[in-house]
This record gives sequence, structure tokens and C-alpha cells, in this order.
Amino acid sequence: MTAHATAAPPAPAFWRDPGQWADRAAAVGLVVLVVIFQIANPTFLSAGNIRSMLVASAILVVLSIGQAFVVATGGIDLSVASTMTFAAVLFGFGFSRGWGVLACCLLALVGGGLVGLACGVLVGRGRITDFVVTLGALSAASGAALVIADGKPVTVIDAGLLALSAGGIGPIGWSVVIAAVLAVGAHVLLFRTRLGTHVLAVGGNPEAATATGISVARIKTVVYTLSGVLAGIAAILLVSRVGAAEPASNTSFLLNSVAAVVLGGVSLAGGRGTITGPVLGALLLTALANGLTLLGVSPFYQPLAVGIVVVAAAFLTRWRR
Amino acid sequence: MSLMKVEGVSLAFGSVQALRDVTLDIAAGEITALVGDNGAGKSTLVRCMAGVHRPDSGRILFDGSPVEFRSAEGARAAGIETVHQNLALVEDLTVWQNLFLNRELVRGPFLDRKAMRARAGEMVAELAVNVPAVTARVRRLSGGQRQAVAICRAAGFDSRLVIMDEPTAALGVQETARVETLIRTLRDDGRAVLLISHDFAQVLRLSDQVWVMRGGRCVGGMRTKDTTGDEIVSLVTGTKGST
Repeated sequence: MTAHATAAPPAPAFWRDPGQWADRAAAVGLVVLVVIFQIANPTFLSAGNIRSMLVASAILVVLSIGQAFVVATGGIDLSVASTMTFAAVLFGFGFSRGWGVLACCLLALVGGGLVGLACGVLVGRGRITDFVVTLGALSAASGAALVIADGKPVTVIDAGLLALSAGGIGPIGWSVVIAAVLAVGAHVLLFRTRLGTHVLAVGGNPEAATATGISVARIKTVVYTLSGVLAGIAAILLVSRVGAAEPASNTSFLLNSVAAVVLGGVSLAGGRGTITGPVLGALLLTALANGLTLLGVSPFYQPLAVGIVVVAAAFLTRWRR
Repeated sequence: MSLMKVEGVSLAFGSVQALRDVTLDIAAGEITALVGDNGAGKSTLVRCMAGVHRPDSGRILFDGSPVEFRSAEGARAAGIETVHQNLALVEDLTVWQNLFLNRELVRGPFLDRKAMRARAGEMVAELAVNVPAVTARVRRLSGGQRQAVAICRAAGFDSRLVIMDEPTAALGVQETARVETLIRTLRDDGRAVLLISHDFAQVLRLSDQVWVMRGGRCVGGMRTKDTTGDEIVSLVTGTKGST
């Protein structure tokens, strides 16, 4: 690589450059947490616990990927968790009417995608602020979920769906495999396709993107729809894990998806981001909750810990170039 | 040899008459300067040429035939590129990504990053642009280097007319000199350059032809070698008789 040439100042040693630490906040934080928890409780890195942490992180990873695309365009999707709930309830709606599992999955995907599409069109074509549109969608989707489910959970018992949560390739659960495949696909989409470049361009400088003929409205519509479809996939994973489709609010998923994206070094101003960052951020948040539980810390302290970690990570981004 | 001819172009925005019966032409292989005070209609005229606005009346001929661009894309497809005053670069993307923004080379569904990097290196080398590396992020570039990248993008892709809106307004002395060299290189490559500038010394240094606008009209045009800074100033301010 010839990136460091004439005019650029020489890059300082990696470990002395705060910019490098900021770019890798999630990875560094994950390593630090793992070391601390492993010293405090040697069962933390047992095969069983690693497996259960990965399974527990799958849903958050999927949601965080969608959130990462939206945030990369300079937006924010506050509706991810509610859309997931909505899609899960649609799944239960189909299941309670005797539909096959595949049809229910498709219903969840389409439902999630439509919520995302609606957000995207309102943000892109309607030119309403991202925050307001998705705040509205948060409320509307969770309300619609309550209406459709009539406030009651639907128990979903199906052998295929059980395999999704219990089975896997060797020791790795199917949900983890799905999340990993989606993460790799999202990375390729962001960095190896025209669409991904345009996502970063729209987030980085919408006027410049428009001047080269990129449609900001189209890109916004695409990323919100993508986030909605991913919320639909997360809903399927959620239903298979819980064994029921519930109209519960799942607010912690929203906060954690934003936290994972921030930890992952995606700029909230847009234009800059990765997929590996948010995935590592989601793993970090899951490891944090798991480790605290292993140490016997009251679950009341978990949101407190998440808050401190996220703000600490945001503090690091001050040194980003 | 005339590359673009503007004939009797008028344009009003509501009750504001931005352009009144403007007629001028731009020759191939020359640097044509467009001067005038703020609000004289320079930017509006340029936007008509670049397909952003459509004139109410009059016509624009490009390469001998009348054109009606429906969008900036249409003008770009015909070979008219604009270097915007705000540069229109994405700071968090690299030089090569900016050079190929929305014109990415692909292999199947995927970006052909290798080819784009190689071609970007050629584009930069052809114009002898002083840029650290095509893999550097634009954020790390100086103002002059950014301007060079923007010009480089406009010059690439077989453009025939490059419109520059105050290309050196925000630059230091050395950087201005570099960008001026770059503009001359474009002309020597056979491209037509339309230069909007408030710097009359620069206009006299660089251009072959000067058109002066005032109050939405084109009030004069002369060969640069036959005029003086004082004459241009008097036409701009209106102290010398107009049409």
C-alpha cells in the first residue's frame, strides 16, 4: 500500500495512535472484557458458555447490521425492535391459522420489509427527519403488533423451528450460522458493490452524492427496507428461541442495536462505518451481560454497565481522524 | 471553432428575471472566462449549460446541434462536466472512490476495485496532479489537492467542456498556481474550459476569451489579449457603455 506518501504525516506507532484505538473500540473492549471475566470466573471461556453467548448474540447481530446501514447514511432506525416484534406477531398470526412455517417466515420477512420500506419512503421522498419517522414507526409497529395479537402471545411449536434454535453445524447453532452469513453478505454489500459505495457517499456528503447523480431518496429507501427485512429475520430467530410470538416491546434490542453500532465505530453523522465493528459491538454487549450474570451481579446493573461502556466508546471517537 | 453556443437565452424565477437574452459562445481548445458581479447571472447561465435549469426562451447549441438537457446527467453524458464551488467530494471516501463515484467499474455485481485504482492512478498521472496517493482518504488532502481531484474527475471520462466555478477562491498562492497549471493542461489536451472567476488578474493570465455579465445580460465579450483589467472592471460595474 502506498497510502502514506508525500503530503500525509507519518502514521504514529499503532499503540500510541488514539485514532486506531477509536476505530477498534469494539474489538479492544471485547478483548478486555473477555480477559477480565475469564480471570474472575474460569468457566467464562468454556465451550458451553461461548456457545450460549454466540446464540444469545445472534438476534442482536442481525438487528445491528441493519442499523449499521441506516446509520452509515446518516440516519437512525429507532423502529428496529418494534418492527421485529411486529414481524414476530405476524409469524404467530399465520401459525395460529395453520399456515406452514415457511409461509409464516415469509410473512414475517415481508411484514418487516414493508415497515422498513414505509420508513424509507417517508424519509427519502417525504423528506421527514429520520428520527421522527422511525420514532413514529416504533410506536405504530408495536401498536399494530398488539392489535394483531390482541395482546396475547401465540405459542409456536414446530420441529423445524426447534431445530433452528437447538440444532446447528457441529457445535455452532443455526441462528449463529445465519447471523454470520448475513454479516459476511452485508460486508460484501457495503464494500464491494456500487450500492455500498453510494450508501457511504450519501452519508458522507449528500450534496456531493446528488451532484454525481446518486439519488439520496433511493439509497435511504433501500437501507430502511434492508433494516426492516433484517428485523423480519431477527423476528424468526426470536420466535424460534422463545417458542412463542409475543407482542412484547423488546426495547432493549433497540438500545443495544444503536449501542453496538456506536461501539463498532460507525459515525452517527454518517459516511463512515464497517460491518465487523457493529458485529463485534453486539458480541461485546452480549459478553458483558453474560459475564455479569456469571459473576452473580444483579441484572439491574446490566443497563448501567451498557450505558457506561457505550459512552466510553463514544468518548474514544473524539480522536478519530 | 465553436463548441457551445448560447443564443438569446432568457430565464425567470418567478418575478426575478435572472437571464435576459444572453448570447455568447465557447470555443473548443480555449479557456473562456465568465466574469460579473454577484447576482449578475453567471451561476444561472452555467446551470443552464449543465442541464440543471432549462431556459424559458432561446437555445443552446453544443457541437453544432441544439441540445435540451433534462438533467445534469444528460449534460454529463454529452460531455459537459462541472466542478462545483463546494467541490462535491465525499471526504470519508478515498481519492479513487471519489473519481469513480456513481461511475464505478464493475465486474458482474461487484466493484472492480483493482481496475478503478489503476485507472485513477493513470488519471492523476496524466494531469500531473499532486495527490499523495489514490488510496488516501480525501479528508487528509489539502484544499488545493481536493480541487485537483475534483478537476481530475471532471476531466476524466472524455469530457469536452469543463465548467469551473471559482476554482481557486479558497486556495493559497502556491495551490492557486498549481490549479492554474492544471487548467492550462486541460486546454492543451483539447478540452474547452469555462472559468468563472472574480480574480481579474487570473482571468487575464489564463483565458483566451472573456465574457462579461451584468444584471442578467451579457454586456460584452472580447479576446483577452485585446483587453485590460480596467476595461473588464468598467464593464462589470457598468461605468463603460453597454449594449
